Amino acid sequence: MKVLVIGLNHKTADVETREKIAFTGAKLEEGVFGLRKIPEVKEVALLSTCNRVEIYACVSDTAAAAENIKNFLASFHNLIRKDFEGSLYSHTESDAVRHVLRVASSLDSMVVGEPQILGQLKDVFDFALSKKTTGILLNKLFKKAISTAKRVRTETKIAENAVSISFAAVELAKKIFTDLSGKSFMLLGAGEMAELAARHLVNNGVKEVAVVNRTYERGCEMAGEFKGRAVRFEDFLHELALMDIIICSTGAPSYILVREQMNKVMKERKHRPVFIIDISVPRNIDPEINKIENVYLYDVDDLQEVIDSNILERQKEAEKGEQIINDEVENFLKWMSSLDSVPTIVALRQKAEAIKNEELEKFKVKCPDMSEDRLKAVEYLATAIVNKLIHPPTSALKEDAEDRDELIAMIKKLYGINGGNVEE
Amino acid sequence: MGTALFELALTCYFAVTIIGIIGLFKGSKESSQLMLIVTGAGFLMHSASIVYRYVAAGHLPVTSMHEAASFFVWCIVLIFFFLEYRYKIGIMGSFILPIVFILMLSSSVLPREIRPLSPVLQSYWLGIHTFLAFLGNAAFAVAFGIGIMYLLQEHYLKSKHTHGLFKRLPSIQVLDEINYKMITLGFPLLTLAIISGALWAESAWGSYWRWDPKEVWSLITWFIYALILHIRLTAGWRGKRAAILSIIGFLIVLFTFFGVNLLSMKSLHSFS
Repeated sequence: MKVLVIGLNHKTADVETREKIAFTGAKLEEGVFGLRKIPEVKEVALLSTCNRVEIYACVSDTAAAAENIKNFLASFHNLIRKDFEGSLYSHTESDAVRHVLRVASSLDSMVVGEPQILGQLKDVFDFALSKKTTGILLNKLFKKAISTAKRVRTETKIAENAVSISFAAVELAKKIFTDLSGKSFMLLGAGEMAELAARHLVNNGVKEVAVVNRTYERGCEMAGEFKGRAVRFEDFLHELALMDIIICSTGAPSYILVREQMNKVMKERKHRPVFIIDISVPRNIDPEINKIENVYLYDVDDLQEVIDSNILERQKEAEKGEQIINDEVENFLKWMSSLDSVPTIVALRQKAEAIKNEELEKFKVKCPDMSEDRLKAVEYLATAIVNKLIHPPTSALKEDAEDRDELIAMIKKLYGINGGNVEE
Repeated sequence: MGTALFELALTCYFAVTIIGIIGLFKGSKESSQLMLIVTGAGFLMHSASIVYRYVAAGHLPVTSMHEAASFFVWCIVLIFFFLEYRYKIGIMGSFILPIVFILMLSSSVLPREIRPLSPVLQSYWLGIHTFLAFLGNAAFAVAFGIGIMYLLQEHYLKSKHTHGLFKRLPSIQVLDEINYKMITLGFPLLTLAIISGALWAESAWGSYWRWDPKEVWSLITWFIYALILHIRLTAGWRGKRAAILSIIGFLIVLFTFFGVNLLSMKSLHSFS
């Protein structure tokens, strides 16, 4: 039994190809059962997200299984095989195990360290369990992948640094104010990015929200959404002194706030620090304002730089993650190879038991007058001898040795055991 | 025995200074934890060495430059532990503990023999006056370290340098808050130290104030910190300006402590 992974992701295939191969909605179940019908495939699970489609399988013959899986993909999606074959990767054995652990730990993701993939993989596992398409090997592999992902997450800082504008804004705000609860916040203008950042600030507990919009009605509407109050555009300068955090995203063609105005505001708020984020392009806030003491002004490029350096930091942490993956792959392979000797151990024990029972029966026939007590003593003796005799080969099989395959073959030969191959 | 304890404490403070400096470039939770443990060990041995000397001398050991510097260090570490317990800022040690080590090192090179205390000075005022003065100055020392942290973090925020040490330093608000708290702790202690010193002087020498150089410089220190508090409350000089002032303030404290004696100004506080 071997582990096989076949799939494609954002690195190997463009969106168009990924869309064609994706298993969406009801197709997922159909796909899993279709794959399960391939004779070489003993266990199977299927992951389909917008960035990757992957088939995890436990197969008896990797080459044949891979062929059949590729053919299945072509026929299932009504595609010509050579059109997508170049985008596929396939991993077997230790590479396949490593791949699954890396995917789960988000080391193979578009944005390294983003946690969604683990949840998606858990869903795949739950689905496979409920449909019983996986068995001992893939179940163990998925459990290993989940525990490894958790280890990578807690032992490295892979997910610690913000990689989106809105998270970066909150992260920076916390370097100015520590705790955002009790802080007041003004949203100047609208726009998707600004609103997303506003939502994150609200989630982080800002106390007061003021929404300013050129159309007052729209402002009221948005204020309702953020549980804040609307402020007329003409009045925003008067309110500015009360605000600790300001996000600006108006469509104004020029600066709506200049240095002299901000100087006055700072005096009014007794120079308490203020964090201004200008997401608008062209910029709406005079960059000179950053030179005023206790004012921290970040524009969209600054935030992008924060994100870029955070991504670099995550990549550094990913290297530590790879170390953990190495450990866990090794653990899993050890477990897998220990699996090889289990049938031999069972067969050996069965053989010994059979001999014992046979000889005991013969003995009973020869000595029919034996009392119950005596008979029990003889049985006890036979059991003890059998156990003592099979103990050394059994423990040798359980040991994690380099030459286990040879040992298995030798023991089979010595004890005259046939079969004993892993089947579920 | 007392000497051995002192040397061990000095070694611990040296070790944490190294750990702290490495932590500036490559910090982790483990390194700041190690820093706390080693500082704790150093502090215990340091305390024991002070107790040992207290017993040997029969009064609080603060009557030579060696003893005074050592006691000063002890007060700083005490406040450091309190702040670490209250705020849990791992990186703080990297800024405070080097000060601790340098002061401890200067204490170690000064003559260590126990000299008999002149009978006029043998009074309960010795303990009260010096303890207030050193604890107050220790608070200023911590404010100095925190002030440097503030200036660094403020610089990072302004220049948009948002990686490395920036991530490990706390928010400027918390730094400003600690800086302010340290000064509001140190200032009343210094005030009380000056008052108790005056009362002691009156009972020992018959006059409250003699324009002794140490007295004068303490008064200058007192005025600096009074000014810091005053303009913070009236003109809103917080953040960067408060941090710079607290750094200047502590440099004056250091001059009052060492400079006055080193320049061999004739002083009632000189220990010879």
